[in-house]
Amino acid sequence: MTTSSTTASSTGSSTARPLLQTRGLTMRFGGVVAVDHVDFTLQERELRCVIGPNGAGKSTFFKCLTGQLVPSEGDVLYRGTPIAGSGSHRIARLGVGIKTQVPNVFDGLSARDNVWIAAAKVAPGRAAERRTDEAMARVGIAAIGHRLVGQLAHGQRQLVELAMVIAPEPDLILLDEPAAGMTDEEVDRLVDLIAELNRSHALVVVEHDMQFIRRIARIVTVFHQGAVLIEGGVAAILTNEQVRDVYLGKQAASPPHASRGEVSAQRTEGS
Amino acid sequence: MKAGRVKAGPVKAGRMALAGNLAVLAAGLAALFGLPAFAETYLIINSTIFAAFAILALSLALIWGYAGILCFGQAAFFGLGGYTYAVAAINMGETTLPALMAVLLPALFAGLLGYFMFWGRISDVYLGVITLTVSLIFYRFVNQTAGEQWNIGDAPLGGFNGIPSTPILNWPGRAGDQLAPEDIFALSVGLLLAVYFGCKLLLATRFGRILVAIRENETRAELLGYDVRLYKLAIFMLGGAMAGLSGLLFANSVFVSPTMFSLPVSGQIIIWIIIGGLGTLIGPVIGCILMQVLTNWLGTVSQIKGFGWVDPNLVLGVLLVIFVLLVPRGLTGLAAGVWSWLKGLANRAPAERSATREQTDP
Amino acid sequence: MDYLVILLLQIGSAVASLVLMSIGLAVIFGMMRVINLAHGEFLMLGGYAAITAFNHGVNLWLAMVVVAPLAVGLFGAVVERLVIRHLYGRLIDTMLATWGLSLAMIGFVTVVFGNTVSGISAPLGSLSIGAYRTGAYEIFLIGVAVLLLVAGWLVLRFTRYGLIARGTMQNPAMAAALGTNPSAVYAVTFAVGSALSGLAGGLLAPLSGVVPTIGAAYIAKAFITVISGGAAILSGTAIAATLLGAINTLATFAFTSVLGEVALLVAAVVLLRLLPQGITGRFFRRAL
Repeated sequence: MTTSSTTASSTGSSTARPLLQTRGLTMRFGGVVAVDHVDFTLQERELRCVIGPNGAGKSTFFKCLTGQLVPSEGDVLYRGTPIAGSGSHRIARLGVGIKTQVPNVFDGLSARDNVWIAAAKVAPGRAAERRTDEAMARVGIAAIGHRLVGQLAHGQRQLVELAMVIAPEPDLILLDEPAAGMTDEEVDRLVDLIAELNRSHALVVVEHDMQFIRRIARIVTVFHQGAVLIEGGVAAILTNEQVRDVYLGKQAASPPHASRGEVSAQRTEGS
Repeated sequence: MKAGRVKAGPVKAGRMALAGNLAVLAAGLAALFGLPAFAETYLIINSTIFAAFAILALSLALIWGYAGILCFGQAAFFGLGGYTYAVAAINMGETTLPALMAVLLPALFAGLLGYFMFWGRISDVYLGVITLTVSLIFYRFVNQTAGEQWNIGDAPLGGFNGIPSTPILNWPGRAGDQLAPEDIFALSVGLLLAVYFGCKLLLATRFGRILVAIRENETRAELLGYDVRLYKLAIFMLGGAMAGLSGLLFANSVFVSPTMFSLPVSGQIIIWIIIGGLGTLIGPVIGCILMQVLTNWLGTVSQIKGFGWVDPNLVLGVLLVIFVLLVPRGLTGLAAGVWSWLKGLANRAPAERSATREQTDP
Repeated sequence: MDYLVILLLQIGSAVASLVLMSIGLAVIFGMMRVINLAHGEFLMLGGYAAITAFNHGVNLWLAMVVVAPLAVGLFGAVVERLVIRHLYGRLIDTMLATWGLSLAMIGFVTVVFGNTVSGISAPLGSLSIGAYRTGAYEIFLIGVAVLLLVAGWLVLRFTRYGLIARGTMQNPAMAAALGTNPSAVYAVTFAVGSALSGLAGGLLAPLSGVVPTIGAAYIAKAFITVISGGAAILSGTAIAATLLGAINTLATFAFTSVLGEVALLVAAVVLLRLLPQGITGRFFRRAL
């Protein structure tokens, strides 16, 4: 990507412009607020984990970032450029790749063709073939390249989608529950891969599996009922009383918008 | 063993594809050179219509089978191609430019319609309904264009009767020097082969592969940075151009009339594809020829006393329902299923024999 | 002044025709997400049922209002059992199969009744409004359309079937989870939708006559109305029919009847471009 040189210089300076910034990002469905005035800042090459109970608005938040939803309010800035409301394909071209919660792949095509489609967007001819092979090797799916993706196990489909996400070498990688349905072995590989990717890419990882979070996370943002509950180092967050209460479902944590309760929870994951 | 099979797979598939292509080419060339040698003019003209319809079948096979756009009104582009040619040829005399217009105008109209549908992000079902309605409006409009006020230049649209005086193509640059029915036939079959292999080539390119990916998962294609609307618009316009070309050839073997726009024509194309096999190119061509032969035959049969109940619409309709319910992959899918079943049978037989031998050996 | 009254009556009549044409389709589409491409032929069948009954000595009103809906409703129940039931959730396949059905029906009716126009003259004679005359039957049809909409609303709002139906409309999976047998709901719905189409076909027969291919004339308008209306069966159909009927009539008055139809189509396409979910998909979401 042509942006890699500017990335290096901007992270070097102290007044670094963030890679991604949301200001007051809000998504309403009718009367239900799924994402509620979220201010979120991500630096170049940062690795951020986002956790939160089911229905906290994480997937909706991702959809607002990638243009699948047009936010009701607020800004999304990518390297200072407003992207809220742009088409998905435009945002993708700026260098944002996403692995969605439900594997989003081309079921009728072979695994290799899946990855090739991703690579062919950014590279012509031979270069696309090379990128395809590289991405598949990195994710460890070279051996199943000829198989139809529709016939693969859930974990393998996740890996194929991961290879599709990294093949174009996006600057920002969004992973929505990447470890779901994977074998222990595949999770180990995923952990290594995320560490490796993070050397040259910024990542935002949404995950439920706390073991997994412990293994990869540095800074964690906790979502609750559409809003950011707390943000901080992984150790502090995972021992935080309020966070634990939220996960156990106690309303005693007195979230900022308790009244919206479970309705928003169901709505968000359903949509 | 396993690795060996992995390697053999694509090579074998490639060889089979090559064999298939050669078979199609051979059949096309045989028709091209063989038929005029013995067939009477009536049969030649009929075969020209088959070839024109086969191109029409390919136009929808491409956009529906490979891009997932189910157009219920492909007849609109077919009719538009025919009428564009007829009107332009009557006015200009020389037919080369009108022939080009017969391909271009439907493509442009498909572009306009496609812009509304794809940029409006209308779902598959609504798309079907809108295309169907557009073709119906064309039908009803052209149907009532009898009378002088509906002349375009020197060309009367002719309402219900169409334009019986549709000019025959002339050799390029030699106005009035018309092509013989045998020439029109050769042109049609040649164009059919060109369109068929052109589609094959297109599907092997980057554009074609991305198109299939979009059919498989539009959201994913968007998230990878592809502007899905542009791809769909492009293939929809190409489909419109192919249907227009088919209309041009049809106009040269019969003449143009409002039925070209009608619902039964759109329906027929869908039936050819369902019966031949969606997602293939050869299936719809086979389906088209089979169904046309069947329809012609039923038309003859229903004239016989006591067989008046044999109505082509009735038979086609029932066939369509049966195929949708029971043979959803069409004849090519059925053939592939039977083929792999036979292969499984052939493979199992030696395996069973060796298994029993192993059991008896010790 | 008289001219204005006549114009309004014409608009009302066009709107009523659209409502009648599309209400059966709207019920089936709104509740089952099934697009019945044989809808036009269901109307055609209703027309033939009414005319045949009338020719065999049945009272005209009875033929139109009882025989036609009964015959087509029964036919619909059979079709649901044999074809539709096996294709639930496969929207495109249902469209294809019902298209096949429509061709088969055209073929069958052609064989039985021949490819000629059959007709009955419209009852009730005509009315004078100032210097103009208009058919009283058309005014009667406006009343029927209003009555159908109100009756539909009452059924959906106040009966047990209506409750189940509304539940199924909002969320089929949820309705199934609550113990309603969706396949029974669907069977009844398809039969009711078919009966409504039969009724409409019977009532419209005196105005247009019937030929085996008349379905094509109905189907486009019915679709456009239902799709433009959006998710809500009654209010969607009513609003879309009003809008499109008015545009159709005004364009017909100003130009020709064909341009009136073209205007209707163009309006619908533009409407769908602006509101891809239909009118009630965007506004009046809670409506029935």
